[in-house]
Amino acid sequence: MRARSIRTTGAVAATAALVVAASACSSPDGNKGGSATSAVVGIAYEPETLSPLLGYGKDGNSKIFDGLLTHDADMKLKPALAAKLPKVGDGGTTYTYELRKGVKFSDGKPFTAKDVVFTYETILDKKTNNASKTELDAVKSVEAKGDDTVVFHLKYPYAPFAERTVLPIAPEHVAGEQDVNSGAFTTKPIGTGPYELVKWSKGEKLVFKANPDYWGGAPKIKNFTMAIVKDDDLRATRLRTGDLDGAILPPNLAGTFKSDADKKTYAAKTFDYRVVTLPTGNKVAGDTAVRRALDVGVDRKTMVDSILEGAGKEAYGPVPTDSPWFTKGTERKFDVTRAKQILDDAGWKPGKGGVREKDGVQAKFPLWYLSGDKLRQDHALAYASDAKKLGIKVEVQSGTWEVIEPRMPKDAVLAGGGSPADPDFDQYTLLKSSLAGDGFNNMAHYDNPKVDKALEEARRSGDHAKRQAAYDTVQRELVKNPGYTFLTHIDHLYVVDKSYGDLTTQVEPHDHGLASGPWWNVEDWQPKK
Amino acid sequence: MTRSLPWGPMARLVGRRAAFAVPVLLAVTFGVFAVAEASPFDPVKAYAGTAGLTASQENLDQLRANLGVDKPLVSRWWDWLTAALHGDLGDSSTLRQPVADAIGERIGWSVLLATTAFVLAILVGSALGVLAARRPGGWLDRCVTSLAYTLEAAPPFWLGLLAVWLFALHLGVLPAGGLTDTSSVAVTAGQVSRHLVLPAAVLAVSQLPWFVLYVRQGVGDALGDDPVRGARARGLAERTVLLKHAFRSGMLPVLTLVGSRVPELITGALLVETVFSWPGIAAATVQAATSVDFPLLAALTALATVAVLLGNLLADLLYGLADPRVGFDG
Repeated sequence: MRARSIRTTGAVAATAALVVAASACSSPDGNKGGSATSAVVGIAYEPETLSPLLGYGKDGNSKIFDGLLTHDADMKLKPALAAKLPKVGDGGTTYTYELRKGVKFSDGKPFTAKDVVFTYETILDKKTNNASKTELDAVKSVEAKGDDTVVFHLKYPYAPFAERTVLPIAPEHVAGEQDVNSGAFTTKPIGTGPYELVKWSKGEKLVFKANPDYWGGAPKIKNFTMAIVKDDDLRATRLRTGDLDGAILPPNLAGTFKSDADKKTYAAKTFDYRVVTLPTGNKVAGDTAVRRALDVGVDRKTMVDSILEGAGKEAYGPVPTDSPWFTKGTERKFDVTRAKQILDDAGWKPGKGGVREKDGVQAKFPLWYLSGDKLRQDHALAYASDAKKLGIKVEVQSGTWEVIEPRMPKDAVLAGGGSPADPDFDQYTLLKSSLAGDGFNNMAHYDNPKVDKALEEARRSGDHAKRQAAYDTVQRELVKNPGYTFLTHIDHLYVVDKSYGDLTTQVEPHDHGLASGPWWNVEDWQPKK
Repeated sequence: MTRSLPWGPMARLVGRRAAFAVPVLLAVTFGVFAVAEASPFDPVKAYAGTAGLTASQENLDQLRANLGVDKPLVSRWWDWLTAALHGDLGDSSTLRQPVADAIGERIGWSVLLATTAFVLAILVGSALGVLAARRPGGWLDRCVTSLAYTLEAAPPFWLGLLAVWLFALHLGVLPAGGLTDTSSVAVTAGQVSRHLVLPAAVLAVSQLPWFVLYVRQGVGDALGDDPVRGARARGLAERTVLLKHAFRSGMLPVLTLVGSRVPELITGALLVETVFSWPGIAAATVQAATSVDFPLLAALTALATVAVLLGNLLADLLYGLADPRVGFDG
């Protein structure tokens, strides 16, 4: 009987396998891309949580939620859950928001000032595991006045504070009842936003449906799906088969859709820079002459053309050259002769093996990049090869952040960053001397009293002209003493089906998750033609 | 001919193995905590992700305290163990949800994928192995054997990309990934089975060579044994000789293989799930490891250990049933 029981099991299994195979043949991929009022996009990144209390959607465009304010296509602030832009008082330390009336969460409960207070207080609570709470450092307290007014009291005048209030608002009556760090709300969110979450199949996709009662009008795209496809090639393939309507792609794969008449490529402008930190604690990289020589002696244009295949721009500072905050005239001309002259004048004389020397110190330093990051690797190698032509030996090495972090005070790092909403957001943490070595802030331990002063003025002053002048000072100081060599600003490329018509992209930050791309405003898209 | 199964000895074997599993599980979970502790990965950095690159040190220190990863190794393991014995597997820091929920919503799909692939590998592998063993050195044998060696060397990740390129892009007959059509919300059996074909086939193909080669060897040897020669001498049909005599005794080593392939199957499934965006436990496992997410990592490791122990138990039970000389003493 044993033999028979084994055989029976085998037969059952074989039948099961056959059924699977047969059903595979009977219905080949029929329903491609879905109907005209649906959109399916492929993204490379999956959020860990959908709870704003833990950091989801902090820069806006969260689909499920709204902030008090939001950004339009030109990154200008406009009211969302607030009825208008905030009133700033008490020398820039109080921000008063009047709230939009009649807004409801998707479970039908009304949105009030209490939800706003709950959201901000919970994020700032020590027990909440939110890694971005440093961004709200300026907030002293949040106060509800009645149901429709919220007042933020700040510890110090902070001009860009309104930009932080794009942060999504969570419902107190749902999220307040649960463990903030692991409650069901982190995976089954409820918000006031244009879409409701239907299903989050982890590792596979996020499915949204339009919120019919959205205060901004029900979206025309009724079903919106974000498929999580981590592999670039596979994402391109699924876009090609029609499974996806749009996807984010690296330049080489986006290029393969150039001749596709049904697809359109969007290159989003960004603040996403790649930079080499030149730590003050390193005898070579911390030397002003070496810093200046590298600043004019690296060929940024070639990096843009070869590494980014043209999808990007040369970077001379954290602010991209096409931003209104950019200081005209601080572009560095690529000039090897001048770079060599700077080194000669400073006493860095050619030594053994083409490496310069000064006072017995060889002009060499290590440069780390995050292992597995091809883009950073390419930048690091290009940088090292340009530096070699100047007589500076840059030893490129790779490692994880755990390996790199303890070395940051002495070794150079190929880093990335960039935040378009306000120049304060990345410049203050990147350049302020008091933040040197604080976590990943000011990785180069840059220390320039003039820059410190200008950064402080710029964040406290509510006057645009004064802020502009302060950031001009910062950018000019970076020419005189470049503690970082900024290399490129990278465009983010998206390929989308043409039938959705002409779409737009915002100026994007370094950290571009599901909020970025042409689908930043999918609620305003028109159905497929 | 009818003989009831030896329930008593079988139950005793299961009991012994269950008792043995307790120290193994304790050792494995403690080992995982220790290895994770010694790894260069930092749970706080992993939790914070890119936000951690702009977070202040104070913020990061607070996170470290909240996540409880500043406690010493042994007390962390003990806390986890005592809570787990009371049915509380803890909260996963990377996934921001209770470990039981995290595993519960993923494990089913992984089991479906792995089981389908395993059954497929055993069936197809055995069939090919028997065919190859029938004429050792014949053209079929040479094809099958060299194919098996080639596949043995091919990484599942690469096989997956190749399969997607061929079946999804070139021929357009099968979906390239996901559990259901990307635009659909409902999970229907029809859609799942269609989406299962490629990942299960790739996983099965990656496991196939071992079965092919084992069966070929086993059946090949059995064909030269006395009982088979005796059967042939009695003039039994070739088919009967091959399937009833040679195959049955040739299958014995394969049963051992069933148990020992389980760890490989789990590893293979991890890669295949990643390629095909299959919503199984794979991504969570990799994330748990690189993020040093102790509760999730310990639970998953315990689960994998149980799977391996069960695989071995199953193999031993089947072996005992198929070959009474071996018995259930192990």
